[in-house]
Amino acid sequence: MPLGLLKYGLSKEHPAPRFFQDRTQPKKSYDAVIIGGGGHGLAAAYYLAKDYGITNVAVLEKGYIGGGNTGRNTTIVRSNYLTPEGVNFYDASVKMYEDLSEELDLNLFYSTRGHFTLAHTESAMRTMRWRAEVNKHVGVESRVVGPDEISQACPQLDIQCSGQAPILGALYHAPGSVARHDAVAWGYAKEADRLGVEIFQMTEVTGIDVKSGKVVGVNTNKGYIETNRVLSAVAGFTPRITDMVDIETPIVIHPLQACVSEPMKPWLDTILVSGSLHVYVSQSSRGELVMGSSLDPYEVHSTRSSLDFVEGLTSHIVDMFPFLSNVKVVRQWAGMADLTPDFAPVMGKTPVEGFYLDAGWGTWGFKATPISGKTMAETIARDVAPDLIQPFRLSRFEDYELTGEKGAASVGH
Amino acid sequence: MKLLECPINGIRPLSEFTYGGEYRDMPNPDTCSDKEWAAYVHYRNGAPGVKKEWWYHGPSGTWFIAERDTMADKVIRTYIAGQEEAK
Repeated sequence: MPLGLLKYGLSKEHPAPRFFQDRTQPKKSYDAVIIGGGGHGLAAAYYLAKDYGITNVAVLEKGYIGGGNTGRNTTIVRSNYLTPEGVNFYDASVKMYEDLSEELDLNLFYSTRGHFTLAHTESAMRTMRWRAEVNKHVGVESRVVGPDEISQACPQLDIQCSGQAPILGALYHAPGSVARHDAVAWGYAKEADRLGVEIFQMTEVTGIDVKSGKVVGVNTNKGYIETNRVLSAVAGFTPRITDMVDIETPIVIHPLQACVSEPMKPWLDTILVSGSLHVYVSQSSRGELVMGSSLDPYEVHSTRSSLDFVEGLTSHIVDMFPFLSNVKVVRQWAGMADLTPDFAPVMGKTPVEGFYLDAGWGTWGFKATPISGKTMAETIARDVAPDLIQPFRLSRFEDYELTGEKGAASVGH
Repeated sequence: MKLLECPINGIRPLSEFTYGGEYRDMPNPDTCSDKEWAAYVHYRNGAPGVKKEWWYHGPSGTWFIAERDTMADKVIRTYIAGQEEAK
């Protein structure tokens, strides 16, 4: 590394290194096509190449990589869910995240902060105890703590929440972390590209060709591509893709909004979440407070953001931290969240042979990026979904075997 | 969309309304198959487009139908269920 730096010191040219090749025209055929160049799609491409040696893979992204929900979430990684199925799955993801900077040879700014889910009512405390017991049973470090311990970890927090909603306790989850979300997409893109995967930006899928119940190719704005394996990893665009193959799903799209404050000196070490106040907040490595709220109340297919959202969110933030009343919000945005009725994802095989689904990520997708990439790669390579994601299969709805996951972000309990 | 027209009370702020989901026809539970019933209970038309939706005006307790473009978030018209022609 020092010699590499010396080289730049002596040169007048400082070209930015490219993470992946800038390709424009896809080939005529691929072993697998992945729709969606977000974290999930790129991770699946990377693990297909690395774990199964399947490198003749195209990732088609209609915008730019990581420009969808991968770059729009509030970057929280945790595994303190409610169902054993969910806790096991997200715990596997947290463990992968811990080593991911090393694996992708890129600093993801993965920072373990500790995560408090605040409870303002007795019924919320009951849910926290329930989640803590499920977590402990599965081997995940979570426990219920009282107001004193919360104050110790975050002395700036007004435990009385301005008298509006006094905090009775919290679910403390030690492994709770934040990471730089764009870097996760770039890192997977870089390594997938190095292994031979081809990434195409500004390439939109306009149709999927199915013959006798099997995928045979995809139509794109850059021509027809032959393939018999297609993965859809497109979050808020999922219903448009599943309509192309005539698959019914329970997925509906609601916008989820977030915003950041102006940067400040570091003061908030932990991640704080309040289901009752519909707030989650952490401080980024840049010093901005990253703040999110609950879902917009009705279906919209756009990423517009609203004043209602900032007004509602900031009034609750000021309840928690009265001293922030003069701090400015500098950016706000929205992502299209693909929601399921049981707040668990939809992963694995579908009634169409060769069409795989990685969807239903609602408000819980970023934290699952590595494990969803790994398990979807296995599903595509072997045409069998691993046990870890069986509880999330699409057919669970027809079988009335839902995975009632109320530990998801921004879900009231 | 910041305002919504209630067929009874006229144009009111959106905060007075609650979204009730897409208008759907219920299959007959006595005659439909388990699969059809599961599809009715769980599956939704998630793609964007002009949809017929249930909305509720809280202060007056009025359920009504809104035809809304879910991509542009624009309401085309609203009416009380079953009184579509009267509009």
